[in-house]
Parts: sequence; C-alpha cells; structure tokens
Amino acid sequence: MTEITVISGKGGTGKTSLVASLVSLAHKPVIADCDVDAADLHLVLNPVIRQAHDFSGGKRAEIVPDKCTGCGKCFELCRFGAIIRNEADKPTYIVDQIACEGCSVCSHFCPEKAIDFNPSVNGQWYISDTIYGPMVHAKLGIAEENSGKMVALVRSQAKEIAEKEDLSYVIIDGPPGIGCPVIASLAGTDYVLIVTEPTLSGEHDLERVMELINFFKIPVCLCINKYDINLEMSDRIEKKARAAGIKTAGRIRYDRAVTDAQIKRLPVVEFTDAPVVLDIRKMWNTLMREINLTTKGSQ
Amino acid sequence: MTQKLTIAVASGKGGTGKTTVSASLACIAADAGYKTAYLDCDVEEPNGHLFLKPIIQYRHMVGIPVPVVDHEKCTACGSCGEICQYSAIVCINKNVLTFDKMCHGCGGCSLVCPVGAITENSRNIGVVETGTAGKVAFYHGKLNVGEAFSPPLVKAVRSAIQDDDLAIIDASPGTSCPVIAAVKGVDFVLLVTEPTPFGVNDLEIAADMVKKLCLPYAVVINRHIPGYTLARDFCRAKGIRILAEIPDDRRVAEAYSKGMLPHSAVPGYRELFEGLLNAVMKEARQ
Repeated sequence: MTEITVISGKGGTGKTSLVASLVSLAHKPVIADCDVDAADLHLVLNPVIRQAHDFSGGKRAEIVPDKCTGCGKCFELCRFGAIIRNEADKPTYIVDQIACEGCSVCSHFCPEKAIDFNPSVNGQWYISDTIYGPMVHAKLGIAEENSGKMVALVRSQAKEIAEKEDLSYVIIDGPPGIGCPVIASLAGTDYVLIVTEPTLSGEHDLERVMELINFFKIPVCLCINKYDINLEMSDRIEKKARAAGIKTAGRIRYDRAVTDAQIKRLPVVEFTDAPVVLDIRKMWNTLMREINLTTKGSQ
Repeated sequence: MTQKLTIAVASGKGGTGKTTVSASLACIAADAGYKTAYLDCDVEEPNGHLFLKPIIQYRHMVGIPVPVVDHEKCTACGSCGEICQYSAIVCINKNVLTFDKMCHGCGGCSLVCPVGAITENSRNIGVVETGTAGKVAFYHGKLNVGEAFSPPLVKAVRSAIQDDDLAIIDASPGTSCPVIAAVKGVDFVLLVTEPTPFGVNDLEIAADMVKKLCLPYAVVINRHIPGYTLARDFCRAKGIRILAEIPDDRRVAEAYSKGMLPHSAVPGYRELFEGLLNAVMKEARQ
C-alpha cells in the first residue's frame, strides 16, 4: 500500500479537482480528504456515509458561575486572552470558547476549583462509500481548533481500511499552506505530489513547500496546473524544481471543462474527452512510474 | 485623511483572490488619500509583497515562550508533564524532556513546578517585516518553514496597526486557528468567493465562522462567469450582501501571474475597485 499526499502551498491551484480525477484513474484507492476546515472533495465524489463519529481533539475550560468567587486568578494567568472580565460592582469572568487553547492553566490554578476542564467535540469524521472506493473525510466544527489532530485521525483511519481491505493506494487531498494541518498530512507519507500554477504567487509558495518537504525527506513530484496561463513561468518553475531535484510529472492545460465537471459533480476525466483529460492521464501514468521506481525497494 | 477602520479579507477556499482584492483595496484607498496599512496575515504563504513590491525597512523576530529545565533543581516529580496538554514536556524515567515545536507557550509548566526549576526562553517562530509600498504602510509575517503553530505570529502582524489606520488584513484560507487570529475583532470582513460549487461550499463555512465571531460581513464574487449563478443564488437565499462581482477575465489572470494588480494592468478595474472600496467603507461604518 502506498500513501500519496497531494498538496500545493498556494490555495486554489486545483488540488481537489485533480485528486477527484486521480482517484478515478487509480487502481483500488482509499480516499482521504485532509482539508478538514474547507473540505470539498465530497462535492465531486458523492460519498454515501457509512459511519459518522464525533471528533474530540482537545479540552475546553468553562467557569462554573456558582463556584466562582471573582478572584481573577484565571484572568491574570491566561496568556491567550481567553478569560473575559465583565466589569460590575464585583467583576465576573467567563471563558471565550473561541480563544481558549485548552491549556488547563486556569482550571489547574483556580483556588475554588470553579473551572471545569472537559473534552470538547471539535467536529465529525466519516467513513463513506464512493464508486471509486472507501473514503474517509471530516468536518471541523465552526471556529474549532485541532485541525492537525483531525488530519492525523483521518489518515490513520484511511490507512487502516487500506490494510484491512488490501487496497493499493491511499490518496490524500491535503490543505493549502505549510502549517499544522499540512505537516500532519505529510509526516510519514510515502509520496508527495505538489500541484502548482504558473504565477508569481504559485512559484513563491512552491519554494516554501519544497523546503518543507525537504525537511521531511519525502520523495516528491510536481504537477503544473493551468500551465498555458503563463508558459514562461511554467518553464521557470519546472527549471527551479529540477534544480532542487524534483521531477515534473506533467503539465495540465487550463480548460473551463474542469469547472463544468465540478458543477456536474463529476471528476473531469469522467466528464469529457477534451485534451485536458489526456494531460491528466499522462501525468498520472508518469507519477505511477515514478512512485514504482521510488518505492520498489519497499514492496 | 484618516479613517480608523480594520477590514479583513478572508475566504474558506484558497485561491479565490484574497490577495488581489486586499492589495487592490489598499492601493485604491491610499490613492484616495486615506492613511492606509496593508497587513498580510497569511503567514504560511504570504504573497502580498509580490504585488505591492514594498521596500522593507524593519524586520523583527517573533517568538513564543518555551520551557527551559534546570536539571540541577529538577526533582523529576512529573507535575510539568501532567499539566501540559500538548505533550511538549514529559517526564520519563526521572528525566524531563521538552519538545519545543509542540509548545503553545501557555506557561503552565513553569507555574506548576514546585521547585522553580523551569524558566522560559523565547523560541523564534517567524518574522514580521515592515515597509512601505508607495503610500501604503506594508506589514507581513513569514512563518519559519516547519513551524506548525502560527497564531502568535498573526497577532504580532496585527499589533502593528496604528490608531488612525485604515487597515486591510489579508487572511489565510480556511476557517481554523490562523484565520480566526486574523479576523477576530475586526470592524468588517469581506469574504471573497468564486461561483463554483467548491467556492460556494467554502463560502458557507466561512460565513458561519464570521457569524460565530459576531462580525459584520459581505461578499465579493471573483471570476464571475455570466450564467454561473451559484454564488449569487446562495447569497440571495441567505440574505448576504454582494458588494462586487469581478469578471472572469483572462487578462486579469495573466497580469496576476506576473505580479500585477488588475487596476494597474487592465482598463476598467480601477473604477471597479473604487466602487468596491466605497461600498466596503459604507458597510463598515454602519
């Protein structure tokens, strides 16, 4: 079983649309949507939910008003500005649940033991069926934290299913950026595909993503999406990647059919025979060859 | 001319045009004579500088406090490991180990240590750079690659806002901690979306987040294609105001790819963004 993580650094380069097509081309995949705070893959893969579970990634503090004497110790110790002081004759305090980092300091040091510290539900995660294979996905609650832990959970569930059902690939749709949920999507994966676009922003963000992957020492390939928006920039990005030892698995042209497929809730490879689909197929075949070369030793 | 106002530009989905909209608004506001600040709070992948091309004058490192254990004083009682919720300090076999990258800087371990063996040291997580881009005061944060915890850096960028600034914040995509750090407590949020199913799905998530934070907001539809009414229909159904529709225009995409903003590259866009700025100011003052 091979775990492939698709990331981009910059948002909106076409990760999710491409992942939907890759999943359709792959032999026996498990699908994992790790962009947990803005998940979209379900909109084109149309999963049927088989299991739904609550996710608890941390704990939250809550002041019990009857026990609170208004001493202000919590207000003084909290470094996240999460204790709100309401001025009155005698000040009262409440916890700003959005600002709370769940560190437990207020609850631990409250002299009256007036602060509860209990697990909080931060979202839901699902195991679903799609016509392409099983899918693990999640929905982080509104303004909730612990997206990194949620990503780790989605990945481990997807891996478990792949092992149990003897499936060949776990294909991970990763989040944008280079922070906590991206690191959680990358750590320990077998292969990374970076999807970039030929813009100054795409180029700049790619550099930071390459640096991050270098940090984890994971084998990686590049895909330039919408390459014909700026051919000169596409060449420049490819050259830069090559200098960093990264191969370009393929270039995919700009085609509004990609958006039209999204509106029809289909992976683009199943929606049309336009040249953009040939680009995607070619890229996938090159990627498979590269992955087989790299992971041959371990399989 | 001064107008104290902080406006955040956010979106659930990435790549909808946050940077284009926020950098354009900053330029247009400065041209209109406002004392304007642009703050790039997408510290994981800051891009505003590629368009505004600022001259950077100052850089300052931003750190978070992490524990330093004095092993001479430490009795290996384990209290620090018990209070830490992030597995950033653990006591194993009479040995206290720290994992700085896991640390959120809450200070619990040093407070709880009964023998005063834990002090704190600042650990660098990134840098805030300050400069000027024409008449716009420019600030951005750059998170060190490999760092997971960015909200303290986002807050550090925001702390640069001066009392009489018309401040425009460029947030990161998504709806979790770094975005909340960027938009919490602003006067107004502008949500940028695309008229695609992904765009609208993520707009709904972003709108829910902004509502939970009790902030006034409105929407800009970017890459509007005649006949693609998904975003428009969604906003109408939910009673969300649409302040502008920016057309899907290959000339804008090509200019963007070279680091140029639409108002300086394609005719007609200066007027569009002037209209957007006026609409935002009117909404935000209410």
